[in-house]
Amino acid sequence: MPDSTAPDQAVPDRSVPTPAVAIAAVTATFSVTNVPGPAVLVLEDGRRFVGRSYGSEGQTLGEIVFATGMTGYQETLTDPSYAGQIVLMTAPHIGNTGMNDEDMESRQIWVAGLIVREPARIASNFRATRTLDDELDVQGIVGIRGIDTRAVTRHIRSKGAMKSGVFSGDPFGLSDSEQLERVLSGAAMRGRNLSLEVSTVEPFSIAARGERIGSVAVLDLGVKTSTLTYLAERGFEVLVLPQSVTAEHVLSLKPSALFFSNGPGDPAASDAHVTLLQEVLRAGIPYFGICFGNQLLGRALGFRTYKLPFGHRGINQPVLDKTTGRVEITSQNHGFAVDMPIHGIHDSRSGFGRVEVSHYSLNDQVVEGIRCLDINAFSVQYHPEAAAGPHDANHLFDRFRDVVLASQSAVAGETK
Amino acid sequence: MPKRDDINSVLVIGSGPIVIGQACEFDYSGTQACRVLREEGVRVILVNSNPATIMTDPDFADATYIEPITAEILETIIQKERPDAILPTLGGQTALNAAIQLHERGILEKYDVELIGASFDAINKGEDRMIFKQLVLDAGANVARSFIARTVEEAVGYADDLGYPLVVRPSFTMGGLGSGFAYTEVELRRIVTDGLHHSPTTEVLLEESILGWKEYELEMMRDTADNTVVVCSIENVDPVGVHTGDSITVAPALTLTDREFQHLRDISIDIIRAVGVDTGGCNIQFAINPADGRVIVIEMNPRVSRSSALASKATGFPIAKIAAKLAIGYRLDEIPNDITGVTPASFEPTLDYVVVKVPRFAFEKFPAADPRLSTTMKSVGEAMAIGRSYASALQKALRSLEKRGSSFHWGEETRTVDELLAAAEIPTDGRIVTVQQALRRGATIDQVFAATKIDPWFIDQIMLINEIADQVAAADRLDRDVMILAKDHGFSDAQIGELRGFGEADVRTVRHILGVRPVFKTVDTCAGEFPALTPYHYSSYDDETEVARSDRRKVVILGSGPNRIGQGVEFDYSCVHASFALSEAGYETIMINCNPETVSTDYDTSDRLYFEPLTLEDVLEVIYAESQSGELVGVVVQLGGQTALSLARGLEAAGIPILGTTPDAIDLAEERGLFSKILDDAGLLAPRNGTAIDFSGAVVVAEEIGYPVLVRPSYVLGGRGMEIVYDSLSLADYFARMAGQGIIGAGHPLLVDRFLDDAIEIDVDAIYDGHELYIGGVMEHIEEAGIHSGDSSCTLPPVTLGRAEIDRVREATLGIARGIGVRGLLNVQFAIGAGVLYVLEANPRASRTVPFVAKALGITLAKAAALIMVGTTIAELKADGKLPLIDGSRVPIESPVAVKEAVLPFNRFRTPDGLVVDSILGPEMRSTGEVMGIDRDFPRAFAKSQLAAYGGIPLSGTVFVSVSDRDKRAIILPMLRLQQLGYEITATIGTAEVLQRNGIRARVVTKFSEKAGEDDVSIVELIRREEIQIVINTPGGSSARADGYEIRAAAVAGDLPLFTTIAELSAAVASIDSIRDGFEVTSLQEYAMERTALR
Repeated sequence: MPDSTAPDQAVPDRSVPTPAVAIAAVTATFSVTNVPGPAVLVLEDGRRFVGRSYGSEGQTLGEIVFATGMTGYQETLTDPSYAGQIVLMTAPHIGNTGMNDEDMESRQIWVAGLIVREPARIASNFRATRTLDDELDVQGIVGIRGIDTRAVTRHIRSKGAMKSGVFSGDPFGLSDSEQLERVLSGAAMRGRNLSLEVSTVEPFSIAARGERIGSVAVLDLGVKTSTLTYLAERGFEVLVLPQSVTAEHVLSLKPSALFFSNGPGDPAASDAHVTLLQEVLRAGIPYFGICFGNQLLGRALGFRTYKLPFGHRGINQPVLDKTTGRVEITSQNHGFAVDMPIHGIHDSRSGFGRVEVSHYSLNDQVVEGIRCLDINAFSVQYHPEAAAGPHDANHLFDRFRDVVLASQSAVAGETK
Repeated sequence: MPKRDDINSVLVIGSGPIVIGQACEFDYSGTQACRVLREEGVRVILVNSNPATIMTDPDFADATYIEPITAEILETIIQKERPDAILPTLGGQTALNAAIQLHERGILEKYDVELIGASFDAINKGEDRMIFKQLVLDAGANVARSFIARTVEEAVGYADDLGYPLVVRPSFTMGGLGSGFAYTEVELRRIVTDGLHHSPTTEVLLEESILGWKEYELEMMRDTADNTVVVCSIENVDPVGVHTGDSITVAPALTLTDREFQHLRDISIDIIRAVGVDTGGCNIQFAINPADGRVIVIEMNPRVSRSSALASKATGFPIAKIAAKLAIGYRLDEIPNDITGVTPASFEPTLDYVVVKVPRFAFEKFPAADPRLSTTMKSVGEAMAIGRSYASALQKALRSLEKRGSSFHWGEETRTVDELLAAAEIPTDGRIVTVQQALRRGATIDQVFAATKIDPWFIDQIMLINEIADQVAAADRLDRDVMILAKDHGFSDAQIGELRGFGEADVRTVRHILGVRPVFKTVDTCAGEFPALTPYHYSSYDDETEVARSDRRKVVILGSGPNRIGQGVEFDYSCVHASFALSEAGYETIMINCNPETVSTDYDTSDRLYFEPLTLEDVLEVIYAESQSGELVGVVVQLGGQTALSLARGLEAAGIPILGTTPDAIDLAEERGLFSKILDDAGLLAPRNGTAIDFSGAVVVAEEIGYPVLVRPSYVLGGRGMEIVYDSLSLADYFARMAGQGIIGAGHPLLVDRFLDDAIEIDVDAIYDGHELYIGGVMEHIEEAGIHSGDSSCTLPPVTLGRAEIDRVREATLGIARGIGVRGLLNVQFAIGAGVLYVLEANPRASRTVPFVAKALGITLAKAAALIMVGTTIAELKADGKLPLIDGSRVPIESPVAVKEAVLPFNRFRTPDGLVVDSILGPEMRSTGEVMGIDRDFPRAFAKSQLAAYGGIPLSGTVFVSVSDRDKRAIILPMLRLQQLGYEITATIGTAEVLQRNGIRARVVTKFSEKAGEDDVSIVELIRREEIQIVINTPGGSSARADGYEIRAAAVAGDLPLFTTIAELSAAVASIDSIRDGFEVTSLQEYAMERTALR
């Protein structure tokens, strides 16, 4: 697993006034006259797509998924939830605006591999400090370009997400059967726990911005920078904890609230996190979860999770907020979902009282949010922090703040 | 909220005639709206003065009024129909302005009728620049620094503060009319004067210059529950300074980070909310400073726009259709996405392809016009292309323009880098090719950026295309890899041929041998996430094709490509009608077209839609793909104008069956010698004619056949270079002007025809099945022969032709149809001069007047022709009730009269000095659109046509008249009548003398050229001072040329009724009486019932 390649070495030159100069600083790493070597994408069912290598050369294995956002490749690539996945971008042109220092969602690129039809030859944006190509190369990300990405997408759509591999450089020379064998030997996403790989090793904290209302313990299962920023902006002192912490440790910090982040892997393989969550909820601490954090709340409440055929990955996903009747256009990135009827009120099978689905997908009626009616806990499957994606659901951070403030005054009332 | 139950009938307002800035995109949006509302059980009342549209087909509404779009007429319709609501957001600025008037005059309140789609308040907030500015600031966004000026002096004062250059924008105009950049005070004064005139509120906005910033548009939709979606982002490749309608644009935006894009999205949502559009769509335009990302909101349109039509075609999300549903109460999440069938419309389309739109200009029609592009839109049409990359989409779009020199090329380039860069600095038609040449000659990205401010990413893509071209040229062999590389980057067979030094056909042969063919992908709104139900395809050189197999017999219909002068919505009407008729007859219809404004490129129109350039290569590939997936019956080429017709030979040579009239027969009509033979055989006459290759030869021919003569270069389309010449002096002048253009010479001679002075011109649309001729209509031109049929007004039925003359015309048409071997449509132009019938020309294809005939007489020729092409006979069509039993050559005496009037774009074009270009009519067509007036007699119908075309004839005031000597005799009666009607008359000395001596009082005014000094008031000043209400000026000899031009230019700049022919003047005078009592309105459906009763 690549690490310590945090791209903070490049300090952007803010004195550069015109894009032309900025561009000159980050111009093309290759052009078509210097054609990169061949590469092949091999799918678990034996389908092969031959293109050219992109980024680093070598071999990479992972679950192939497609992401449909037309903007935000930088945020997507640095989103830890994509760990272990080879991501296909359905938008044909990727890399046009290069990479900058502000839009990193974590310290590094997490995707196992990248599939693109047309990578940019130059980066053009006033904030760009380097090209995507350079970044992929520096971080050792193996990719492939110039294949019929729509054909691959349609294949995954009908056959489901599956194991895959990209082979370039020497591994490109391996026989078809050897490559397929390697793909098949890769880890399946179902049953896989990837939290350890993406989580922070050491706890750290971020001060509240503006008036401090309390602290939130964030279990880092692959948290994104934007999420931490939004929590801090809502007045929370943010205590980011490694995924291995115990409930005792969390409670010892006396946080005002608990937050579970998004993250990669199969929620069904995260028993320890589920137990931790149950213990903290029993202590009466308010909870908000995003994505993986939604699945883990589902499990903590006693519901099952399951794997979607090919997942939801895009920034155009319509979600109905059942409370307001409004539709939010959301950023999503999930391959698993909570198994719960979207209508009606249900009893938690683990003793947390009544629960309802608060949000669901208008595309396929998948659960996109759950809310406990008897305890202060709610979560959403999609990404209110967006990055990349629309800010429609950003108000959920306000809701979390309100819930925490309300619970604080309730507690204060009781103690009086 | 589901559909409202209090709206049972809706009045839909159309956009009127096609003008620059408001084209057939509103036919597309209006047609969608009418369809949707009727599907929802709403009674649809439609008003639109444009007969060429598909929306005015009586099948699309319950009551269709082809009437002028004025507050008075709308009130009459409202009074008669009592609609529950009015939908004004789908008919462009015309409909929106009409709605504002209805509100302001209290008509909405009086008849208790509600505006839906956008409230008056929302329209006002979006359109009033001052209110809008505040609202943007309240939303936390920025606007350019600006001031509102109501007088020229006020404007000059503000300019000191803002500095030059600055932008002038009049309020409440469309297509940027009257707006522009002022670099100096002189320019500012001129632009502000114009702008104040064009703005209905007499206000202009002066704004800091943001020239060179990146320009974006977001297309938004919002419902009553505040659900808001961005349907599409559009990026202008040409930066701020060029009107978005004149820019090359791309969807989605390609050079924004997510952070920047979401910032625009957030602002847009705040604005649409603040404006209060809650049952429809809007578009918002932004500028972004490339150096620091500063965002400025330029403007918003609280209605469906040209960009929304483009966005609909680009994404597959039908904005107008959804807008109509929202207007009657649905929410976005209650409306299914047609394309997936399972997901709702409350989502944001995502694209896995790139869409490029390129404008098409018509500067060749207005040689005096300033070719610089600015914030006033000047393009007359556009082409769109879809590709899997920007490079391929751009190259496809450029070749879709069907214009020589519009595609990238790698031939000789003599200009230096510096010259090319200097040329690229000024935005003009074809600048992108100049950029490509500059890069070829070694210009760097930085240099091109400095000259053009085009984003470096786009410049690099052109560099990439040049690099691929170099590789193709340098490759040892044209092997599979090279071929795929070129094709993947959008190179046509012709371009590859140019690079390799052989012909297009050879490249195609090699390519097919190598097995390199395009696949066809689907526009599905979701980048493949869900299966698509609609076969809306585009080509790419990828692996997997998505063309489904089909067992139905297929017919391919070729559309007419980008709109241009002479080829517009009329042809789309015919294509769409053919598609409907063939579909109903059980065929699978396959449409190929590249014009995003049209109904034909709506995925709902045909069974399958291919959004592809109309070149032989692209069409052949679609046909190949379709023949692989089922049985192809043939291709319809006679409905898509010259674009489609010109492909007939190539398709035939490739073994593709052409339906209807054969390519050989088409040639018979086009080839002069062959056509003469047909006329001889049929005993018909053409005007005497000859050819010449130089001046001396032309003089000999002209003297032999007698002046005046009509001269035109051969092999030039659309009447280009066509002129009437009265003597050898003007013939010499003509040669002098044509010299150096290389269009007259050996191999392409000048055609010289006897010009029939004072003849009556007649247009006939007919169909022929090989046995029987069926006349659609016999149209009599109001202007005498010599004015292009597209620019002249005409009546249906003819109002001065006798039965015997009509019978002769019918017989002659039959003779020509037989001689050519027509199967399908035929248009013939005749002239009757001194009792002799002459044949001017015959075109075995759909004409511009086919939809006019359909609206005027209820005879749907295009549908009938399509069926004839697949073997149905006229007898069968009559028996099935698809054609009336009696054809259009016999119109019952009680029938209404319809008048078609042309609409001309002169006020859009200025010379580099800011003057209006000349506005006389001639044999070269220059109108962009048409209107129809229909009423129970000719004077009323004519009056309506004038009202619809330019606002009508003033009922009092001063008439200025100055005519050539030829016309002096003819004006006496009309001028006498005008005087009796109470008009004051002013004339130049020569004309005044004739009038005075005939007992007509006329005040004499100085000619512009004879002005004695600054204090002397010439006619031009009188017009500018608004002391003249009607202008009559016929072009005379060369001495009067300059004066006539000044007069007409002033009239056009002042939007005055301008009559340049005696015939139109006489018609206008005859109509004045009928106007005084106001108009009655009758729907096409009512006329149809009357007709049924009469038959």
